[in-house]
Amino acid sequence: MANIAQAIRLALHVGETKLGVTDIFGEDVGAPLGGVFTCTQGLETAWNSPLDERGIIGTSFGLALAGCRNVAEIQFCDYIFNTIDLLKLVGNCRWSSNGQFSVPLVIMTPVGSGIHGSLYHSHSFDAAMTHIPGWKVVLPSTPKDCYGLMISAIKDPNPVMFLYPKALIRTQSKELIPGEPEEARALSKRIDAPVGAAREGWKPDWPDLPDFEIPIGKAKLLCEGTDLTIATYGRMAPLCASVAAKLRDDGVSVEVLDLRTLYPYDWEAIAQSVRKTRRFLQVNEDTEVTNFGEHLVRRVTEELFYELEAPPKMLAGVNTPGIGLAWNLEKNQVPQAEDVERAARALAATYA
Amino acid sequence: MSQKASDLRGVPKAHRGKAEPMDEMKVYRLMAEARALEERMIKMAKSSDGFFWIGGPGEEAFNVPLGLLAHRGRGPAYDYLHLHYRSSAILLAMGMDPKDAIRQMASKATDPFSGGRNFVNHFAFAPWNIVPGTSTIETQYSVAPGTALAQLAHGGEGITIVNGGDAGTAEGDFATCLNWSSRPGRELPILILVINNKWGISTPFDEVHGDRIIVRRAEPFGIRWDVVDGNDPEASWTKLSEVMHYIRKERKPFALEAVVSRLHGHSSSSGAARTHDEPDCIADFEERLIEKKLTTRSECDELREAFTKKMSQLLEEVREEPDPDPSSIFDHVYAED
Repeated sequence: MANIAQAIRLALHVGETKLGVTDIFGEDVGAPLGGVFTCTQGLETAWNSPLDERGIIGTSFGLALAGCRNVAEIQFCDYIFNTIDLLKLVGNCRWSSNGQFSVPLVIMTPVGSGIHGSLYHSHSFDAAMTHIPGWKVVLPSTPKDCYGLMISAIKDPNPVMFLYPKALIRTQSKELIPGEPEEARALSKRIDAPVGAAREGWKPDWPDLPDFEIPIGKAKLLCEGTDLTIATYGRMAPLCASVAAKLRDDGVSVEVLDLRTLYPYDWEAIAQSVRKTRRFLQVNEDTEVTNFGEHLVRRVTEELFYELEAPPKMLAGVNTPGIGLAWNLEKNQVPQAEDVERAARALAATYA
Repeated sequence: MSQKASDLRGVPKAHRGKAEPMDEMKVYRLMAEARALEERMIKMAKSSDGFFWIGGPGEEAFNVPLGLLAHRGRGPAYDYLHLHYRSSAILLAMGMDPKDAIRQMASKATDPFSGGRNFVNHFAFAPWNIVPGTSTIETQYSVAPGTALAQLAHGGEGITIVNGGDAGTAEGDFATCLNWSSRPGRELPILILVINNKWGISTPFDEVHGDRIIVRRAEPFGIRWDVVDGNDPEASWTKLSEVMHYIRKERKPFALEAVVSRLHGHSSSSGAARTHDEPDCIADFEERLIEKKLTTRSECDELREAFTKKMSQLLEEVREEPDPDPSSIFDHVYAED
């Protein structure tokens, strides 16, 4: 019953106690705040950095070069764009040195809209990040997936960009993380810092967490269907699943894949599903021009063309310079449930 | 602690160290060899033996002492070097076979730094903690605090050395380095070098900067700083020897600016022609050594000629070495689990 913030915190606790993580850092990551979303609260190795994204990425890179596994946070992805050249250097470090230097590090940053975040708290980073080779990129949508993929990211010998959907951070899941107390309040009592003066000297009471991880590169089947495949990720994953549940009652059978990893993505799962349903819809909230979903549409078109019953489609955010604060603006800029429903119904009704 | 005094004034004697004596002829030979290497590689860019050249003729008097004083090895007990692309003399002084630089210039599969993937003088050599050099000038100043932080936790005498040009200090990465190296109670064992050749490609430093002593920017951070004549190997040796000793012992940052010449312009893209209006550290050092009767004019001439011949010979050999296999492009993108 953990939420995403608690799940990440549990995984980082495992990281620093069992997986050799030496430093967890970023703006407001250490005490007393433990992260703007409390993802790093109560951790032994968490510390506050200067408000300097380039310094954060650079220092994370340097620590990794010296063999220190570390997790650094950029709060939020809207503020990571001034580090693009450093992200490229991290990504090309191993290749440019002909295999001499590996860079085992994790950068975590919340992405996407849905919190009335306006221009600078609503950015997506999936399209930009998947343009930087040498990284693995994950974007889980549930607490358990965040937990399991963070463990895998920490263990991975390569740089991993851990994106997480900020609109879902407080959503509790019915799935339990192995070792997590069954009752939601029990976990909160043990690992959430008390507010006010009681925080002084407080220490979390971590549950015992058995070995558990979710492999990077594996999609998750959210619901089975036969009429069309929706491949999605992040905040759009539960949205698409809810649309699929609604359409099922109307006799439209939608299969939904939560990719969870954007690179290396699970092509096998996509191809297997599309061969069955013969229709493909990719849904994401990043701006639609040179969008990661376009790559998937291109590959489905090129490799599965003769298996398709209808043209592959992509539903993404509109190509505007920002997300408007007024709700009427935002909901007209990123896909909403009714947009997904409309696109899915139209695609299911298209025949070659 | 607020630190107003520049250089090492006020540092306890035990942490200040006494400059180790410099082997003048050894330094001279390495300087001459580094120059011959770069001159050969410039010629390679003009013939069909290589594409682009960028390098360090003019920085030998500072770089040879630095390379000799660095603690060479792998891991945080040894020095980490974050080097800009004019650092061939540092590598040579550390023990690099000049043939390896020629291999990189010729984009050969045998290039030990990048396997024919990167420009010349973009070194990366894990056994000596030389982290990958880049063309994105100044980014190394944002990365260096990371290795220094690892060394702070590790203890011992290993330090992080980062160098870069004067023009690049306009980038925010330089301020990042000063800030992250001087967090109270978390000061880093890092040597922050500015190699001031007074140029950024074709733009004079003074045309686009109001400040005149770059490392003075370290002062408000409480970081000790100093300026040295980087064309003078003895002054460079003495200053580096003292400063590196201080960083090793006190585990504190130090910012040092070396004023040097740039003798072949920015790179092959600007012609790489020899300029004659700046001091040549090798010619000047020769005069001094001859005056001191440590060598003679003819000995110096013979030595330089021998190095020139050696580099030609090395190129002959490198020409016969294999080019990278085209199918190797996907090698080393990712580390295996």
